[in-house]
Amino acid sequence: MAAGVATWLPFARAAAVGWLPLAKKTMPKPPVDNTSRSDEILYVNVSGVRFQTWKNTLDRYPDTLLGSSEKEFFYNEDTQEYFFDRDPEMFRHILNFYRTGKLHYPRHECIQAFDEELAFYGIVPEIIGDCCMEEYRDRKKENQERLAEDTEANEASDAPLPPHSTSRERLWRAFENPHTSTMALVFYYVTGFFIAVSVIANVVETVPCRPPKGSVKDLPCGEKYQLAFFCMDTACVLIFTFEYLMRLFAAPSRCKFMRSVMSVIDVVAIMPYYIGLVMPENEDVSGAFVTLRVFRVFRIFKFSRHSQGLRILGYTLKSCASELGFLLFSLTMAIIIFATVMFYAEKGTKGSTFTSIPASFWYTIVTMTTLGLVKLDSVLQKHWSQVYHQNFIRLKVRLARIRMAKKGTTNAFLQYKEDRDRDSDSTALCVKNRSAFEHQHHHLLHCLEKTTNHEFTDEMNYSELCMTESVGFRTSRSTSLSSQQGAQNNSTGCCPRRARRRAAMRLANSTVSVSRGSVQELDTLHIKTTSIPPQTRSSLNAQADDLKLNCGEQDFTAAIISIPTPPANTPDESLPPSPAPIPGILRNTRATAYTHDTVKISSL
Amino acid sequence: MGAVVGTLTMQTKQRRPSRDKTDDELEMTMVCHRPEGLDQLEAQTNFSKQELQILYRGFKNECPSGVVNEETFKHIYAQFFPHGDASMYAHYLFNAFDTTNNGSIKFKDFVMGLSILLRGTLREKLEWTFHLYDINRDGYINREEMTEIVRAIYDMMGKYTYPALKGDVPQQHVDAFFQKMDKNKDGVVTLEEFVIACQEDETMMRSMQLFENVM
Repeated sequence: MAAGVATWLPFARAAAVGWLPLAKKTMPKPPVDNTSRSDEILYVNVSGVRFQTWKNTLDRYPDTLLGSSEKEFFYNEDTQEYFFDRDPEMFRHILNFYRTGKLHYPRHECIQAFDEELAFYGIVPEIIGDCCMEEYRDRKKENQERLAEDTEANEASDAPLPPHSTSRERLWRAFENPHTSTMALVFYYVTGFFIAVSVIANVVETVPCRPPKGSVKDLPCGEKYQLAFFCMDTACVLIFTFEYLMRLFAAPSRCKFMRSVMSVIDVVAIMPYYIGLVMPENEDVSGAFVTLRVFRVFRIFKFSRHSQGLRILGYTLKSCASELGFLLFSLTMAIIIFATVMFYAEKGTKGSTFTSIPASFWYTIVTMTTLGLVKLDSVLQKHWSQVYHQNFIRLKVRLARIRMAKKGTTNAFLQYKEDRDRDSDSTALCVKNRSAFEHQHHHLLHCLEKTTNHEFTDEMNYSELCMTESVGFRTSRSTSLSSQQGAQNNSTGCCPRRARRRAAMRLANSTVSVSRGSVQELDTLHIKTTSIPPQTRSSLNAQADDLKLNCGEQDFTAAIISIPTPPANTPDESLPPSPAPIPGILRNTRATAYTHDTVKISSL
Repeated sequence: MGAVVGTLTMQTKQRRPSRDKTDDELEMTMVCHRPEGLDQLEAQTNFSKQELQILYRGFKNECPSGVVNEETFKHIYAQFFPHGDASMYAHYLFNAFDTTNNGSIKFKDFVMGLSILLRGTLREKLEWTFHLYDINRDGYINREEMTEIVRAIYDMMGKYTYPALKGDVPQQHVDAFFQKMDKNKDGVVTLEEFVIACQEDETMMRSMQLFENVM
């Protein structure tokens, strides 16, 4: 929730007095606020630079390092201040976030350093303000691409071969890294030479040569020395075909290889020759065949295996493909408009070359490309990314953020309700870990529920409950769950219907959290972690630290880990261990999987 | 000809006030609104100086210009109720706080309202609530006003509730309310009827007591 909202909470709670005459039931007791009302100034020393701020300022964001009790680990008793051995320049921005509620990304800083600082202080990058979000995203993407390229380059480098590689693997390595062996290098240069020869031959074919004796007209060389050119072409195609077949054989994943760009280029380069062989000497068809020969020029693209620069050009084009595509589209639109105008303008005139709209396309294209495009390009460049980002990316980012924030608060409150419903013992520890702000906020929502005599649920539960109400209560599900919950679940009290609803809610909640976790990306997972179902704790006799982890905010790694672990089919505690860095989190994972598993069995 | 010129000038005259209004709005947002002194506010409200300081710091942080307009208010209030739509209720709440009726809440309005709600006498709180419900400020709460308020409150619950909101639950709620409050069954609730009925309502008195310690 936004910073300043915390300021308004007492006001919203006070305004709840307005609901009292309408409430049919008594309001719940407000949470006890033990903190003193007076504010104090905290001293934070970051590598020698002393910052001072109100305690309330830091308390605004209770799920960050500075807002939670985690900062006590850094408290220095002697100097009565919090000492952090981090970059003071970056800390300035972090502290400003607490003060103003907006996180800004300093443009002169390295993106990785900034990310690391954010991770240290427990701040999610998603809350970067709109003003700096694009810059941040662009630089992050840039950095990631660079890293990906680097790792790729490193992997592809001259690492020694694993000892027992098959000849196929060795062949593939020879193809990918010609510098590894002399044979490969030779082959590399030979193919390069033949590509060049083939391209030059294509070009020279069309040059007019002196006519043979007895003829007046100039002939293109291709027709004069037809046999010679044919032999050269055959040789080239043979080499290329051999190379392609070798690569195909050596490729570790044939399907992937066949789909790759380079292999498509290879195929396109040699296809015309084979098609020409099978084609009959028919007059009509050979016209089409001649067009096919144009594709032979694609052989020049085979050079990109030999040249790093060409490959980089290809990647560049790929990365701005969408923008280029849009540019082309708008260009086409402009061409059509102007061509139509020219055609109709010149329609009546005799001897006009604009005989049809397509005919005027050519004129328009030439004019636009020679005069207009340069200007258009410079103008577009200036405004393009601004407008594009403004309209699409910013909007998407803002919408995503609003959705996440909403889901976050919704889930937090629903979990609070679940905790409330259960035994006070198990929830006591969890309750302490929530901030005062959250307590008060939940109390407010609870008051609203009492006023209207309806309760909040989320979408999944709502549809679940609609179904259960219409179909009838399935006792089997609730009893199996409640038996597994053990004796702790006697807070159901007198209302069996309520217990069933809660059971149904928990079911839905658990499936929701696991399935949603698997669908969403890493960023949003951080917010979603609070929806990991709490009933897992009771079923595992969990200890205090587990409780803390479950309620904690920083267990996003748990959510990540819980996705790939498939739920085991045995409902006991010996699930296959997943690679977890902290044992506490591992237990958390088991818990999630266990719950998911419970759901499966009891729904049979 | 003269008529044409006349209509043209009239049109421009009409247009100018709107432009002036936007200029005025700009000026209003540019201008910082400062509250009266701390001492005066302390005298007028039931808060101590320290509490006022804390309140003002938070308020100023949120609204550097010193005033909250309705849009901002709605936005802030909506953040507390992510499930549903809090805009209508926020609108009524805004009007209840904006005692001067000028479309903005200054710090003084804010703190006076809070003072009544948190530290006021029972009668003051009930009066405040009555003014909240009395949308048109005519001194009576009629069925339509109450229905509006109750619907606004139910809107805040959102769509996903248990039990599901079927039928005309708000209307039933309003009927129950009038049953309880309207003593002489004349279709409207006056301030006196309201205060007496609330004081007789055990549940409500208990809830009021709990709310004493909210701040």
